[in-house]
Amino acid sequence: MAKYNFQLNGRPATAESWDPAQPLLYILRNQLGLTGPKFGCGLGQCGACTVLVDGTPVRSCVTPVSRMEKRAVTTIEGLGSPEKPDAVQAAFIAEQAAQCGYCTNGMIMTAKALLAKTPRPTVEQVKAGLNNNLCRCGTHTRILSAVLRASGQKAAQA
Amino acid sequence: MPQVTSLSRRGLLRSTSALLVGFSLGVARAQSTLTATGKSLDPNEVDSFLAFAADGSVTIFTSKVDVGTGLRIALSQMVAEEIGVPVEKVSVVDGDTGLTPDHGGTGGSTGIPRGGVEIRRAAATAREALLRLAADRLHRPASELTLENGEVRPRSGGVGMALGTLIGGRRLSLKVDPQAPLHDPLSYKIVGKPILRPDVPAKCTGRRQYVHDVKLPGMLHARVVRPPAMGARLLNVDESSVSALPGVRVVRMESFLAVLSADEWAAIRAALELKTTWGEGEGLPGHEGLDRYVRTLPIEKEEVTINRGDAVAALASATTKLSATYTWPNQSHASLGPSCSVADVRADGSVTIWSSSQGTHGLRQALARQFSLNPARIRVIFADGSGSYGSNGNDDAAMEAFLLSRAVGLPVRLQWTRQEELGLDPKGPQQILEMRAAVEKSGGGARIAAWEAQMWVPASLPGPRPFLALDAAGIQQARGQNSGLLNQNADTPYASPHVRVVTHWTKTTPLRPSNLRAPGKIANVFATEGFTDEIAAAAEVDPIAFRLSGLNDPRAIEVVNRVAKMIAWKSRPSPNPRPGAGRGFAYARYKQSENYVAVAMEVEVDRTSGKVAVKRVCCAHDGGLIINPDGLRNQVEGNLLQTLSRALHEETKFDRSRVTSIDWVSYPILKFSEVPAVEVELVNHPELPPLGAGEAAAAPVAAALANAIFDASRIRLRSVPFTPERLIRVATPGHE
Repeated sequence: MAKYNFQLNGRPATAESWDPAQPLLYILRNQLGLTGPKFGCGLGQCGACTVLVDGTPVRSCVTPVSRMEKRAVTTIEGLGSPEKPDAVQAAFIAEQAAQCGYCTNGMIMTAKALLAKTPRPTVEQVKAGLNNNLCRCGTHTRILSAVLRASGQKAAQA
Repeated sequence: MPQVTSLSRRGLLRSTSALLVGFSLGVARAQSTLTATGKSLDPNEVDSFLAFAADGSVTIFTSKVDVGTGLRIALSQMVAEEIGVPVEKVSVVDGDTGLTPDHGGTGGSTGIPRGGVEIRRAAATAREALLRLAADRLHRPASELTLENGEVRPRSGGVGMALGTLIGGRRLSLKVDPQAPLHDPLSYKIVGKPILRPDVPAKCTGRRQYVHDVKLPGMLHARVVRPPAMGARLLNVDESSVSALPGVRVVRMESFLAVLSADEWAAIRAALELKTTWGEGEGLPGHEGLDRYVRTLPIEKEEVTINRGDAVAALASATTKLSATYTWPNQSHASLGPSCSVADVRADGSVTIWSSSQGTHGLRQALARQFSLNPARIRVIFADGSGSYGSNGNDDAAMEAFLLSRAVGLPVRLQWTRQEELGLDPKGPQQILEMRAAVEKSGGGARIAAWEAQMWVPASLPGPRPFLALDAAGIQQARGQNSGLLNQNADTPYASPHVRVVTHWTKTTPLRPSNLRAPGKIANVFATEGFTDEIAAAAEVDPIAFRLSGLNDPRAIEVVNRVAKMIAWKSRPSPNPRPGAGRGFAYARYKQSENYVAVAMEVEVDRTSGKVAVKRVCCAHDGGLIINPDGLRNQVEGNLLQTLSRALHEETKFDRSRVTSIDWVSYPILKFSEVPAVEVELVNHPELPPLGAGEAAAAPVAAALANAIFDASRIRLRSVPFTPERLIRVATPGHE
């Protein structure tokens, strides 16, 4: 079985797959014990499975594991923990920006990349940055407030 | 007070802690406590709802589950307040049929007003018993003692006793006392506070365990292979087409077909690559012309649900009459995570199922009845899922996992695909409402002289909803039909001497129906409040002033006035003399007897492109006593935005053989770029019972939006969704 070596949350990791086309999502969830990324559609449409690859948000449900060789993958578990959340996670907690929480992984990972590129975004920039991440519970305004809070801006009216 | 034996005491403690610990370690350990929880499940017993541990912590046990609504923290606050313990000391076990009493499934916004109130009664009973117990131990009359902050102590001061020392690990063995005195709401210190939900940190760090994350030793991943046409029979399967994939097993029960493998990706590929031959489907009418088709369906029952005065005669003799037909399409729960379940059916006859079903006890009963199993041998454990907003595909997934685990003798994780969730979840059914009213001008205003609503909705038929897998497998089953209380909120909430509401309950409906958030009420308020706006516009009066002239309930008037103030409403009739921008309003008293909700919004409409932009949504909400204002606000906001999505975008389309709205392109939902500013004001009534908040604010949203679109564009929409194509079609001269 082919092996693929990459960095995962700052540490070396090895994945095995009989199929080089196997999406990263299943490797993370079933082989590497990281269930933060969620299966939402398998089509790259909703964003629930988002991880960062070399800092760029990627839909892990449609990203072949073979393309991860020598890349750096960050999952939501790599940002912080319930006891020590990172700034974006802490802002989501402060704003209670989750209901069921199924989309939250994708929202936080996409926001992470957005803030790395645009440290003080406007509401419109946040909306544009998250526009391809879907939320069904209707927590959108809290998510917008959380991203603004994480950027150090007062949680303005979304 | 009887002392329980050390054995059963350990059993109780183990059962609760093992559930939690075992779950995070991979669930397997919860299995060991399956047959020996030793815990009371009788909803008349205090011990069924509450357990006290030696460390002073309190565990709530309830069949009402938290599907992301914040129910757990709200229940914790109610119990902490009523007993007198810090809220951090209270936790909740929800929906585990082996540990929780069955006091109803989750739905209809009953979690707080029924579930919470029942648990609060148990907590009040427990508090009184604990005071009596402490009186014996402290040699003081109970009336001189108080239970606060987890400690019983004399009101006058002095040495107290911690709750853990007093009762920890023991049972109370008491019936719930419906007369147990409740704390005065004006003294509340925990209820009414915006306490943060304990599940959110784990959800924001990827640590929360969902049903999708349950893993058992030896577990196989399964995918179902569905027919290309609904109800088609399976003619042939070529197993060799997937034999090259690792560890794939094909399981077939007549036309129920699944592929399984220890490797999830192998199961996914097998489901895509398995060569099959299917017969013809059962046939569907198609979504085009559905409103005409529905009126030809056989009728189970005609019911006059409201009949005040003589609306028929008043309408016949009236000079100024209006009529309009409103329709609502089939819609999906559209859960962001497709349904999933894990089942472990053992050779010894024990059955354990992990599910995020909103009715775990009902699911257990359905399994027991269907397969003549001893219910005591079946345990359904609730695990967090993607928001379900009613009965989505969860129960079907659980049944499929059960069938497959039983067939292969191993634990099975069954995961639905996106296409299955949108295509096959039981749908919020289509609704048709025919509205008629007689209007009288009076002074500078107008009044509704007579009102009639006739609606077509699927009937409620007893028994569980049929499971897809049982039909496919050719297994006889009960054929219940239930999609919630579909016919409420169709009468006018405004004063009128003659009101009549008729429900035509149809025997069948094209797509399997179920309860979808605020069942029936969103469409009914869309019709009643859209039609009310039509009446106000025809009478050339301000829509809010018109409504206020027909209201006399102070709570109704308060939410209407509040929202008018929030949005700086200026009195004038609709439509806006300056088209392009507009405002709309709608009001409802949910289920005619619960929350008071008023919604106003501002929109921009481009008549050329048909595009609607919602700029701002304001809501005033009175749900009685507020338990957790932030949790409540979150629910209200979610209701507003989810219903905007349903009104703007959502319709389950289907052709003659299957549903064609099966992914986020063919079934679009609200995107961030469309999200308006949302403002919510909550009216608190500590002196009144708490009402549920999971649905009420959804009810007026579609109507307020349609009314705002009319105000901005003179385009009156009477069917959902409000797509650009529909706006252009309705705006075309000669339409209707």
